[in-house]
Amino acid sequence: MTSLVQIRDLRVEATTDSGRTIEIIGGVDLDIAEGEIVALIGESGSGKTTMAMSLMGYARAGCRIVGGSVVVDGVDMVALPEKDKAAVRGAKIAYVPQSAAAAFNPAIRIMDQVIEVVRIHGVMPLEEARTKAVALFRALSLPNPDRIGDRYPHQVSGGQLQRLAAAMALIASPKVLIFDEPTTALDVTTQVEVLRAFKSVISAHCIAGIYVSHDLAVVAQIADRIVVLRNGEVQESGTTADILERAQHPYTRQLLAAVAPDHEPRRDASGPTAEALLEVHEVSVGYGPLRSDGQPAIVAVDNVSLRVARGRNLGIIGESGCGKSTLARAIAGILPPFSGGVVFDGHELGRSARHRSPDQLRQVQIVFQHADTALNPAHTVEDILGRPLTFYHGMPRKQRSGRIDQLLDMVKLPRALRQRRPAELSGGQKQRVNFARALAADPKLIICDEITSALDTVVAAAVIDLLKELQRELDLAYVFISHDLSVVEAICDDIVVMYRGRKIEQITPEDMAKPEHPYTQLLLSSVPKLDPTWLDHLRQDPEQVRAYCQR
Amino acid sequence: MTSVTTSAGRKPGPTSLFGYRINAVGVVGALIVTFWIVVAFAAPMIIPHPVGDIVDTDYFGPMSRELWLGSDYLGRDMTSRILMGARYTLGISVASVIIAGASGVTLGMIAAITGGVVDMVLSRLLDALSSIPSKLFSLVVVAAVGSSIPVLIVTMAVIYIPGAYRFARALAVNINTMDFVVVARIRGESLWYLIRAEILPNIIGPVLVDLGLRFVFIVLLLSGMSFLGLGVRPPYADWGALVRENIGGLPYAAPAVIFPSLAIASLTIAINLLIDNLPTKIRDREAS
Repeated sequence: MTSLVQIRDLRVEATTDSGRTIEIIGGVDLDIAEGEIVALIGESGSGKTTMAMSLMGYARAGCRIVGGSVVVDGVDMVALPEKDKAAVRGAKIAYVPQSAAAAFNPAIRIMDQVIEVVRIHGVMPLEEARTKAVALFRALSLPNPDRIGDRYPHQVSGGQLQRLAAAMALIASPKVLIFDEPTTALDVTTQVEVLRAFKSVISAHCIAGIYVSHDLAVVAQIADRIVVLRNGEVQESGTTADILERAQHPYTRQLLAAVAPDHEPRRDASGPTAEALLEVHEVSVGYGPLRSDGQPAIVAVDNVSLRVARGRNLGIIGESGCGKSTLARAIAGILPPFSGGVVFDGHELGRSARHRSPDQLRQVQIVFQHADTALNPAHTVEDILGRPLTFYHGMPRKQRSGRIDQLLDMVKLPRALRQRRPAELSGGQKQRVNFARALAADPKLIICDEITSALDTVVAAAVIDLLKELQRELDLAYVFISHDLSVVEAICDDIVVMYRGRKIEQITPEDMAKPEHPYTQLLLSSVPKLDPTWLDHLRQDPEQVRAYCQR
Repeated sequence: MTSVTTSAGRKPGPTSLFGYRINAVGVVGALIVTFWIVVAFAAPMIIPHPVGDIVDTDYFGPMSRELWLGSDYLGRDMTSRILMGARYTLGISVASVIIAGASGVTLGMIAAITGGVVDMVLSRLLDALSSIPSKLFSLVVVAAVGSSIPVLIVTMAVIYIPGAYRFARALAVNINTMDFVVVARIRGESLWYLIRAEILPNIIGPVLVDLGLRFVFIVLLLSGMSFLGLGVRPPYADWGALVRENIGGLPYAAPAVIFPSLAIASLTIAINLLIDNLPTKIRDREAS
């Protein structure tokens, strides 16, 4: 049987700014049969997107395809002249991008963008295309399918936009579809709906495709086969069930292990009666100018109270926009709350950082999600770690240098990285430096705002292990904010669930199997599991879904 | 990015020096600029004749073995006058651009970090200043207090402060929203530290480019002022003044009017070429 897509010995190279050639894809073979979805799994930089792009005969700026063939439906995309490639793209092969929000033009109505492919290739009359688009909107279970095309991209939600991007890709009935991490940027509750829509459309149109992702649990729901990539080479490939149950390659096992971090309940801590380190009393935080009733225009956190005991961890979960990061910023003094107060170690903290003493500031440290923006690109690792030491502890040069080495050892970074700048570190390394800077202050409490969200699963698991280890050694307490429930479950003693600025429930990881509040139930049931039949068997109360999800 | 060095090895890449990539156009620009800087410093030593001495028997004399660039409307040696003129043109412009840059950029960063009322007052004040046409402003100032080199420097600086301020503020506002500035802020750092360590290193590249362009504008404005007779006082002259005083030689195609113009053009163009082709750091560490 000849397959629809045949990739043979594909090689992609890039040239760095010093003129050195590096190999991004090193001789990969891949076959996709008619109606088959193949998942490409791997960490960032493993070449999965580059490979998916090669299906369209496209290499991103700075890269080029140097060898091999990519035969799609009998045509070698690599050998095709640029003009003929353009004729194939969109018509025969279509692409669903990771960030639909960035892929839509904000100034053009959605419908015009969805049928643009048809207009360019002239495959059918525009009127017919519009009818087809509406049918696709319906198939992708978008609300109000007849009218949604008249809106502008900012008038629909992120999950809807992602499905609209899929409609855009499907409009010309392509034979092959490339999904590039289409659900990575979505909340779990939204992801469920988008995955369902994709799955039904894929089976209805019998589409073959590549699904790029680093999330094995998501891939398990969609793909027929899984290919594990690393350093531009295939590590392992097999059917979904094979990979999930009988993974051979150690790297695949590592990936599988990272999806479900082991949770060891800590019974050594003295329970909720332990002395409180941080108490948040009925804090409300908002944005915008104050209205006449003393409330700001937008209230992001509404009357939230919580309590963190010494040396214990509190998790805060909720979907994007629920106010969890705003709450963290209020605790850290970045954004003063308009009512309520924060008590730390028995003393009321000033509302904003300006009203807090240096020692109070030292004891509460915050670590941000994006290590890229949290580290000054102009400073070396040494400068970054040295500044809190000078500032808080007034350390002389020699002592500081010793302490920097200690800190690097603590976060398991080689000392040789001292002179590097953030741009010269990997994502995981940056996050470790980010964390080491917080440790340099000798804090009692570290607020971790989505610190693993930007990292690959394997790297994130390593960071979580590091956090646990440091806690044992340094008697730290963490406030751990995340939308990744498995991460929170792995590290926290108590979990606060937030929804639309309110704290709706506080549970312990043991209770996660049987939460009381309907929103928590919905949230927890939406976390994808490694079981390939999970999505098909998932039953969510439509009432709950309607009440809590703005899909 | 994960990388595997291929056996094919390194291609003959762009020229690199100390981990920086340089290109030919930038080098040409740098050489011309360096040439004028050296001339400005060394002028009194290398001029063949004193600038005020009438050495030619004719006026608007042609280029000759004796007088390389001909003579001016009084028969003075143009070579010497242009070489000495470099001092005024470069010196006044450099001084003004340094004053304008230092104050404008500092104020811009303060406005961006402090925000609120400080930002608003500073911005409106400097907006008001930039709404005055620059030529007119400098004419009025020079007419009011008289023309001297310090007055020229300060006037040019004041004219170009609002631009430097706007540019630095726009860049600093973007940096100010970065998490690392928030981290420094809640560490309790002072305004001075935020400016010096967190903001400035991240905007210095574009700011220098902008100041380079501003330098060119100042050279042109100064030349314009001198052309109108309000610049450097005789017998000394900057390049603009040289063009003006010899403008009568234009019908005779006198080198006295062409060469100062060429000097202005070569300096401004060379600076622009240099700015557009500054060395870029090679970030690929594995290549050495």
